Amino acid sequence: MVDYEVQAPPTTGSAQDAATYLKARFPGVVSDDTRPGFQGVIVQADKLGEVAQAIRDELGYNYLSSATAVDYLGAGDHMEMVYHAYRISGGGALNFKVQTEREKPVVPSLVNVYPGANFQEREAYDLYGIHFSGHPNLKRILMWEGFAGYPMRKDWREAYYEGEAKPFESRWPAGWVHRAEERNVFGSNVRYPADFDLSKLTDISDQAVYNSASISGMGVDYQQDEMETDQLVVNMGPHHPSTHGVFRMVLKLDGETITGLEPVMGYLHRNHEKIGERNTYLHNIPFTDRLDYISSMGNNFGYVMAVEQLMALGARYTPPTRRAEIIRVLMAELTRIVNHLWSIGFFLNDLGAFFTPMLYANAEREKILDFFEAVAGSRLMCNYMRFGGVFKDIPDRIRSTANLMNDRIRDYDTMEFLSDMINERLPRFLEEYDRYLTGNEILLERTVGQGVLSAEDAIAMSCAGPLLRGSGVAYDVRRADPYSIYPELDFDIPVGKQGDLFDRYMVRMQEMHESLRILRQLLPLLEETKGQDIMSGTRAYNPRIPQGESYGRVENPKGELGFYVVSWGDAKGTQNPWRYHVRAPSFINLTALGPMSVGQKVADVVSILGSIDIVLGETDR
Amino acid sequence: MYGLGILKGLGVTIRHFIDTYKDDVLYGFRKYSKSQDNFAVRQGTQATGAYTVQYPEEKVAVPERFRFTPFLVVNDADHESPGEDWCTSCGICSKVCPPQCIWIVRGTDPATGRPVPQPEAFFIDIDICMNCGFCAEFCPFDAIKMDHDYEMASYDRTSVNIHDKERLSKPFSYWMKIAPTTATEEADARGGWEHSDVIKEKKKKADAEAKAAAKAAAPAAPAPVAAAVGEAVAAPVAEAVAVAESAEDEEKKKAERLAKREAALARKKANKGD
Repeated sequence: MVDYEVQAPPTTGSAQDAATYLKARFPGVVSDDTRPGFQGVIVQADKLGEVAQAIRDELGYNYLSSATAVDYLGAGDHMEMVYHAYRISGGGALNFKVQTEREKPVVPSLVNVYPGANFQEREAYDLYGIHFSGHPNLKRILMWEGFAGYPMRKDWREAYYEGEAKPFESRWPAGWVHRAEERNVFGSNVRYPADFDLSKLTDISDQAVYNSASISGMGVDYQQDEMETDQLVVNMGPHHPSTHGVFRMVLKLDGETITGLEPVMGYLHRNHEKIGERNTYLHNIPFTDRLDYISSMGNNFGYVMAVEQLMALGARYTPPTRRAEIIRVLMAELTRIVNHLWSIGFFLNDLGAFFTPMLYANAEREKILDFFEAVAGSRLMCNYMRFGGVFKDIPDRIRSTANLMNDRIRDYDTMEFLSDMINERLPRFLEEYDRYLTGNEILLERTVGQGVLSAEDAIAMSCAGPLLRGSGVAYDVRRADPYSIYPELDFDIPVGKQGDLFDRYMVRMQEMHESLRILRQLLPLLEETKGQDIMSGTRAYNPRIPQGESYGRVENPKGELGFYVVSWGDAKGTQNPWRYHVRAPSFINLTALGPMSVGQKVADVVSILGSIDIVLGETDR
Repeated sequence: MYGLGILKGLGVTIRHFIDTYKDDVLYGFRKYSKSQDNFAVRQGTQATGAYTVQYPEEKVAVPERFRFTPFLVVNDADHESPGEDWCTSCGICSKVCPPQCIWIVRGTDPATGRPVPQPEAFFIDIDICMNCGFCAEFCPFDAIKMDHDYEMASYDRTSVNIHDKERLSKPFSYWMKIAPTTATEEADARGGWEHSDVIKEKKKKADAEAKAAAKAAAPAAPAPVAAAVGEAVAAPVAEAVAVAESAEDEEKKKAERLAKREAALARKKANKGD
């Protein structure tokens, strides 16, 4: 054994320094990932806990952004867990990986080191069958308990399975149409576990939820001493107006006080990531729209950034043009306003200010959507960004001509419309909204001091976006790990003080003001670059992506949205991603829901959930 | 004072209430008239108060780039070859379609078995279409476009939601009507209002004619120069002859292609009759 001299741990500096330190600190355990296009270090599975502890405590990478699995079937035949950790003070990622066998994959759980790994490890267990030793609550999270197999594995095939990769052969040149539905839906690729009793379906699928640590002990209906309150378990959702979609909370109550909460999700699960791996790189852009469907422009942005990072590994790559970057940021910031208007509106709905504030907010949102529709062609499913640019330049006029379908005409100058919105209408509205609600005594009593999340907990549980910043952590990807043209823009990161519901509300209000500030800086830039190219290179429908991995992340309105994309297989460049993972802020932010809700009243859990601002399209994927 | 915030908020509510009806009164209830200008103002950035559109009696006009489901462009009824598809069945749209809802049967010549640039059949499964617009964006012939017609509800999804070529085909004039600016931009890029293949052939023909004319004029004028330079001129003349020959070949090929195309069309019409 060679004795390495261990230097003092670099708590600042690049991921390269950190990797060098780790290799010296854990000789023989940590090694470089030498596959072409791959970064980071590979850690031996049995020592993962120790190494992760050192990464967090000695190197200062205290924020675990993403933890996900990859199945390298036919490419080494192993499973891999990939972790991306960041420093909350800013900077790039430390990417560390663990490899394990495919047959009986076991990886030590990191929940003790990074509590934010909780849901992500459950997801990897659910979809890949990786067993996490030491995980406190290892059960399926997106799929139901009676599901056989691990659907993200490369050898698992879905119902209606047609081929490993798109485009499918049957579409052209002899594309006689058939409906996939007409073939047997419950064919050979839908299976149940061997010991699964279909007649006991409900019992089996629910028992796991009720047996979890936070809920166990249900069904006991006894009286407490003083208040004579009952203990009971209440199911809120999946069909409940306050859950913003099909989301279920199993609450354990003592009278009206919450003593345990178990979120149940996956009702909207469609295996987005598997679909993404069948798709070509281009096909995935409109699919990302459907994640967080309130802010599709932001989703597009994150995905094209991740793929552009991969393309940059190859020889022939030209970065997006300046005008394209300006338009992207314009869209991202408008999306932030759209999203926050929506989330604040519904948050007030949850507090009982029934629909009036929400409709006022939505009236403004509609105007921005009008702009999206005129530019991208759709109000919600924008599908606007492309690799190396955007779909089309901003049109001169927002014009609706009378035609066969419509008899109404609209015709505005686009830039005039935009500058009216940015300089007059939206600031006026925000000022009015402040007057309308921020001083409202009922709002204050319902929100101040409620649902508190401390800064330490928020970081530990990998919370992101307004939830993290509401707790007083000034972490914003736009500043911490800047991308696009954000470094040259002037804006602040609003933070809260106590981490309660009111702070999150105020952070969102302030963020809209900051977005307007960015937008006002963009208007002259748009004028300056008018007429320039919005696309670098050619508009190819089948770009070949060189081998490698990339993690592209953006500050989406709901928090940090990351895309982990692996290109593998064809040395000349593949058309379909080997791995396509979405680090969904709505999903990971829910880790904090239970801890925030315990000790609160049952009526407050509605507003706590509203303050996290989830979209189930993204949570369940 | 406790409750002041609530009162202030109620002030905002009443303001909105008044704003909603203020314009109605000011314009003498023109909101309910068919007036166009009123509609444009209330949908713009200067509008105040709430304003709802009485769907389905009235509809918000959609912008040009609005995309719903795809349709196929065919020649207008008054065109020299009416109803001819712009689609050449190259298959790019079916490859670029993210949910793979486009099915194309490439046309073949029954005599030779070779592909002809016409789709024999074309299907779009509207249930699966995600309205992304990639097919229209990547079509090299401007033959598939996104429609504005969003009223497609039906009572039976199994029988009507797979659109065949007949259902998908709409004349070019329709595209110019729903998206005049885009259609003009595209025509500029193609170099004319016709299909790009037609434009190319016209251009080729014009070039060939110009060259033939140049050739006819050439021997007369530069004769003295040719004598002076000798062999140097021989080569360009030979080239000109070659060009003239290839132009003739082009004519032949074009006639062949047209015949094939017409044969395919006739066959399809016959199939339709069955």
